[in-house]
Amino acid sequence: MSIGLVFALAGAALAAATSGMGSAYGVGVAGQAAAGACTDNPDLFSKTLILQLLPGTQGIYGLLIAFICLSQIGIMGGGADTAMSLGTGLLYFAACLPVIIVEPISAMHQGRTSVACIAMVSKKEETFGKSMIFPAMVETYAILALLISILAIFGVSGLAA
Amino acid sequence: MAEQYIYAVARIRSRELSLLNEAVISQLCAAATEEDCLRILNEKNWGNPDLSSEEMFQEENKKTWALIRELVPDKMEIFDVFRLEKDYHNLKAAIKESCIGGIHPGIFAQGGTIPAADIQKAVAESDYEALPKTMRQVAQEAKETLLQTRDGQLCDIIIDRAAMEQIRLAGEKTREPLLKDYGELVCATGDIKIAVRAAKTGKDKQFLDKALAPCSTLDVAALSQAASAGMEAVIAYLDHTVYADAIEELSQSVASFERWCDNRMIRTIKPQIHNPFGIGPIAAYILARDNEIKTVRIILAAKRNSLPEEMLRERVREMYV
Repeated sequence: MSIGLVFALAGAALAAATSGMGSAYGVGVAGQAAAGACTDNPDLFSKTLILQLLPGTQGIYGLLIAFICLSQIGIMGGGADTAMSLGTGLLYFAACLPVIIVEPISAMHQGRTSVACIAMVSKKEETFGKSMIFPAMVETYAILALLISILAIFGVSGLAA
Repeated sequence: MAEQYIYAVARIRSRELSLLNEAVISQLCAAATEEDCLRILNEKNWGNPDLSSEEMFQEENKKTWALIRELVPDKMEIFDVFRLEKDYHNLKAAIKESCIGGIHPGIFAQGGTIPAADIQKAVAESDYEALPKTMRQVAQEAKETLLQTRDGQLCDIIIDRAAMEQIRLAGEKTREPLLKDYGELVCATGDIKIAVRAAKTGKDKQFLDKALAPCSTLDVAALSQAASAGMEAVIAYLDHTVYADAIEELSQSVASFERWCDNRMIRTIKPQIHNPFGIGPIAAYILARDNEIKTVRIILAAKRNSLPEEMLRERVREMYV
């Protein structure tokens, strides 16, 4: 087994792990706020649920990158390159870095923004539409990181071929 | 990471919707009679037609603390800063009751950090070890002073000073800026009230040194010196402190100054309306409820005594929402 493959696999694993951790935190804090808001006003359930789910997307982005990376290095679907060079392995790892770093941070901040917006909705229910925009803005950077990681992984695959 | 009290703050946000706002207070001020006020309050889920106004206030206070106990059951000691005043009030009542003799159940306040009955028993039996450590020495000193001198005012200043000191220290202990500010404001405004009353009644510096509690926003030695020299000296000293904007109210009356103190506290806690994390919004809600009860009590008393509406409006406090 080559050390290059280990690095590539580590990149995929960390992408799924750190994004999942960030989303778990974000969804968790937003869930606590949603529970607080719904205790006195159960009618807010559907609105606060949507706000709670917003920080969950980063976990999905991490999972997507992990799938793409595992599929490109052949761990998933068979035909893994057991002789992968250290350079190629590190390139795959580097390609995963935007997702590894940006997704957990954006998920945590999005979670905290959702908490603030749940407070806003619980005070004025009619602000729900506007309240969705604030956490959605944080999503922008999660999407940018996802995009770069996807382009980089396919780019590295092209180099390796 | 410091505890964020996310669930608790979200619950508080919902409860803030039912706080009395300026519009309701204005409606109460405009009501013709006390009964009309009680009807409006009943509509806002305050009390019920069977309760007297005093029972209604007690009920509302109980509701607040029941909610806080439900939200932060394991962190209630943080809010001791708000409850210590009642402990020291009960200590004062217990000492006076023990020296005068007889039983006067109506003089004790509920909702302190320790049951009023425990304080009453400890003082009656002079068993100071049964009291919290911070209260033992002051209880003994105040009771002995009252027994020896029969001077109720001397007993009061010993207890009031200890209460102010303990409230300030309790605020500092929490490391929560809002509670620290609360403790400091209670202590400093307490000192100012004592200094003003002493200046008006011609008390000497020895009395003031015994009565004033140290705090960080006032130099109590300078305040004591000023108060023993007279009211003008107090005003001149306060002009150089953070309480300079209270001078106008102080010149009017102690009641105006008390209103200024309450309004200042409300302005201090107002930013907590937009804070989704931490203990601050919960503490602010407790203070907002206290302020509500105080304001409604003033309005009902004014209506009972047929005070003109303009005069009443000058006395009501600013509201949190």
